[in-house]
Amino acid sequence: MSDIAVNHTGAASANPSVRFYTDHHHPENGTLLGFWLYLMSDCLVFACLFMAYAVLGHNYAAGPSGATLFELPVVATNTAILLVSSITYGFAMLTMQKNNKAATLGWLAITGLLGAAFVTLELKEFIQLIAEGAGPTRSGFLTSFFSLVGTHGLHVSFGILWLVTLMVQVGKHGLSPENKRRLMCLSMFWHFLDVVWIGVFTFVYLMGVLP
Amino acid sequence: MSANHNHDHEHHDDHGHGEGHDHGSLKSYTIGFLLSVVLTAIPFWLVMGKVFDKSSVTALVILGFAAVQVVVHMIYFLHVNAKAEGGWNMLGLIFTLMLLFIMMSGSVWVMYHLNHNMMPMSAGEVRNLP
Amino acid sequence: MFDNIDLTRLIFGRLSLDAIPYHEPILIATFMGVALGGIAVLGAITYFRLWMTIWRDWITSIDHKKIGIMYVVLGLVMLLRGFADAVMMRAQQAMSFGHNMGFLPPHHYDQVFTAHGVIMIFFVAMPLVTGLMNYVVPLQIGARDVAFPFLNNFSFWMTTFGAGLVMVSLFVGEFAKTGWLAYPPLSGILASPDTGVDYYIWALQIAGVGTLLSGVNLIVTIVKMRAPGMNMMKMPVFTWTALCTNVLIVAAFPVLTGVLAMLSMDRYVGTHFFTTDLGGSAMMYVNMIWIWGHPEVYILVLPIFGVFSEVVSTFSNKRLFGYTSMVYATVVITILSYLVWLHHFFTMGSGASVNSFFGITTMIISIPTGAKMFNWLFTMYRGRIRFEVPMLWTMGFMITFVIGGMTGVLLAVPPADFVLHNSLFLIAHFHNVIIGGVVFGVFAAINYWFPKVFGYKLDSFWGKCSFWFWFIGFYFAFVPLYVLGLMGVTRRMSHFDDMSLQIWFQIAAFGAALIALGIGSFLIQLVVSYRKREQLRDVTGDPWNARTLEWSTSSPPPDYNFAFTPVVHDQDAWADMKKHGFERPQTGFVDIHMPKNTAAGFIIAAISFVMGFGLIWHMWLIAGLSFIAMLIAIIAHTFNYKRDYYIPASQVIDTEGARTALLASHV
Repeated sequence: MSDIAVNHTGAASANPSVRFYTDHHHPENGTLLGFWLYLMSDCLVFACLFMAYAVLGHNYAAGPSGATLFELPVVATNTAILLVSSITYGFAMLTMQKNNKAATLGWLAITGLLGAAFVTLELKEFIQLIAEGAGPTRSGFLTSFFSLVGTHGLHVSFGILWLVTLMVQVGKHGLSPENKRRLMCLSMFWHFLDVVWIGVFTFVYLMGVLP
Repeated sequence: MSANHNHDHEHHDDHGHGEGHDHGSLKSYTIGFLLSVVLTAIPFWLVMGKVFDKSSVTALVILGFAAVQVVVHMIYFLHVNAKAEGGWNMLGLIFTLMLLFIMMSGSVWVMYHLNHNMMPMSAGEVRNLP
Repeated sequence: MFDNIDLTRLIFGRLSLDAIPYHEPILIATFMGVALGGIAVLGAITYFRLWMTIWRDWITSIDHKKIGIMYVVLGLVMLLRGFADAVMMRAQQAMSFGHNMGFLPPHHYDQVFTAHGVIMIFFVAMPLVTGLMNYVVPLQIGARDVAFPFLNNFSFWMTTFGAGLVMVSLFVGEFAKTGWLAYPPLSGILASPDTGVDYYIWALQIAGVGTLLSGVNLIVTIVKMRAPGMNMMKMPVFTWTALCTNVLIVAAFPVLTGVLAMLSMDRYVGTHFFTTDLGGSAMMYVNMIWIWGHPEVYILVLPIFGVFSEVVSTFSNKRLFGYTSMVYATVVITILSYLVWLHHFFTMGSGASVNSFFGITTMIISIPTGAKMFNWLFTMYRGRIRFEVPMLWTMGFMITFVIGGMTGVLLAVPPADFVLHNSLFLIAHFHNVIIGGVVFGVFAAINYWFPKVFGYKLDSFWGKCSFWFWFIGFYFAFVPLYVLGLMGVTRRMSHFDDMSLQIWFQIAAFGAALIALGIGSFLIQLVVSYRKREQLRDVTGDPWNARTLEWSTSSPPPDYNFAFTPVVHDQDAWADMKKHGFERPQTGFVDIHMPKNTAAGFIIAAISFVMGFGLIWHMWLIAGLSFIAMLIAIIAHTFNYKRDYYIPASQVIDTEGARTALLASHV
């Protein structure tokens, strides 16, 4: 990682100062660690929302509960879509490793489309719930449901926007080291959203329909 | 003097993306995917099929499956290992998970007690306070 | 005509000329002062043709040194407003007894104490501490800048524009009247339908983004950019405390973001997070906000502990005692700060079992701080102590902070807290630790590092005046509050009927006047030092005979900080180098890779200010358009791949040569 006490001035090693400096030091790039730390902070934002759901999740206010509202087949479909999109992004990473620009763009496009399908299905679900009078203003339960699931959906939407931007940039500048770093950050982001979804479908949907 | 520094920029970017940085392989992504499918399908089946009688048992089991699937995602998709970024990724993750646990369990404990103690009482209950 | 009304509402939302407080003489007078002062400053900049310099060298600068200076300037400017609020409160409480209603009606007084708290915590203490860490940490670890210089610039401008929103609230609309933490249901849309809480929310959300990114930035800097040979246990203690502080920031600020977002959803959309009906829980807000709030106070104080470690060791001419235990104590405090939050609401009703747990953890967390205190004392023992101004502040801190800490442990006992919660005793306690800790520490740090930053020391006579006024003023201002609190007086009151209490408030007001003299002395110190700067000039770069790497550079350091990256072999790297007869290399300089300045951070932050203002005033069109503009600006910035340049070796040779000549001329 770094060179210790290498000195290029050709000074005699009797000079006591040479062990105290080097002209040969390049600090490592910190982008991936930095993005990981940002993801950890995002994890804690979701923790807040999960916390709110844990506290308010049974406050139906004489309104509908999860058992009446949730359609598990739709949730299963969404879960499958997101999981497949995770692996298609993984394939994009593999082709990126091999510097195959076209294949990478292809897998990214598929991932983006799957993400869009996920968001669309979720929006449909939300619109339907609101139309039934089960919107976020109906009860504490619905407030926390909409905010948790909605925040996740918003993150996916931003991810898609980022993905499209990156596709344009890879198209323009190819798989440069900078673009590869960006794709790796988006990869972490995308997989992280899938991890959060595990929490959502388990804690909110599956447990929500249990009597 | 200014000679040889143009190559350094590209050079250290290439090897500069972290020691021990794991990128996965077709095999590991496939294993992760298949494990995730199984770990997702079973909880859905347990709930939709009403397999257990008691909800609490179902809840605990599916939470367990969720925890395992999170670990699967971490290993096979996010390539979290103790060597990435000199161990700092893992340390960050462990610290975050610890805080998550403290925040969630602490809040549930606190809010449960608050709700219980601060629930509105009827006149009869008030008269019977110790 | 129908169209016109809709258009006005669409563009201006609920903003109207009524928002301007024509009928409040204090505000009108303040506005005239601000306007005149502002015109004077802007006029001077124009007259001296400084706009391009300010834009090029400061606003768009990604240099951690410039950004650090700007943070400290922001903090000091906001200190004046926050202190003005304090003076108004002390004056009101000293006079408002019986028939005398004072000069601040409750709805105005409530805004004053809310603004005082919000400004002091978010826009004085945080920027000051962030500024110090920004300036010093890269230099202490032998790096040329932070890990993400552009993000650093962006973080600064987000903080500043957040402060801007709070300042605007003084003249357009009203501020929150809820106290600095804005508990619902008071802060909900039903009880506070006006713009006050919205100003609060958006100012903090915008500033919060800046703070969070800054946290990530500094962690990565410390983890990745240390000089070769500087392993973790050879880092300066200030860098250790900076690392732990930024870990706290990254871990705590998301919670604040989440809670404020939930509150804003309740206000804007009508959700039921914290409402009293339809399944909301106001108690959940209190729980969540303090999960953030307690780590926040450690974010404020940990860097200060680091400052004192540096100052004590330098001015005792001794290596810091117990380096390892200092590090462990800091890490333990970091982790424990997440286990105590409930002590802020013992009285909310969680019961004996919960209260006992958190009471015990709160008492435990005082122990590592005690260990640090002993380490500082043992460092001083048998050292050759120099009573320079930073050391005075340090000794003032040791006495004052220990007292404040002890009252904290007293409050940690739940039955005691049931009597003292939200009394003036509590107010006295937290001011005791924040002023005795953070404020004293910031002044120690400013006096200590000023010569490094600007090339000349601060005048020590006015520094001592400032210290003594602050130190004595603090006790006059807050000991009466301890007394009043023990007698049962509640906080945030603008009027009292019990005349026997008045003398205590008058003594407190006298204390505030002394502190005002302390602040005045500090401002005079700045001016006098500038005028005497040639006499106070620091030529060597190491005016205090200090021990850490920042003192190996010139004062001020060159843009690139270090011509050659230092190699570290021991703790107190610079002291080690001096001990071994280190001499600066005169040859072999190479081109240095540096990041370019950019306007993107300023622009994106400015757009977020407009969006915040639009959301506050329900100007949906402007809010929507600025949101889109922000996305476009961010995406456009990511298309910029040419963000760096090289300082040619010839320039490095010139700079280093000039320094060699300077050092030689002052032997």
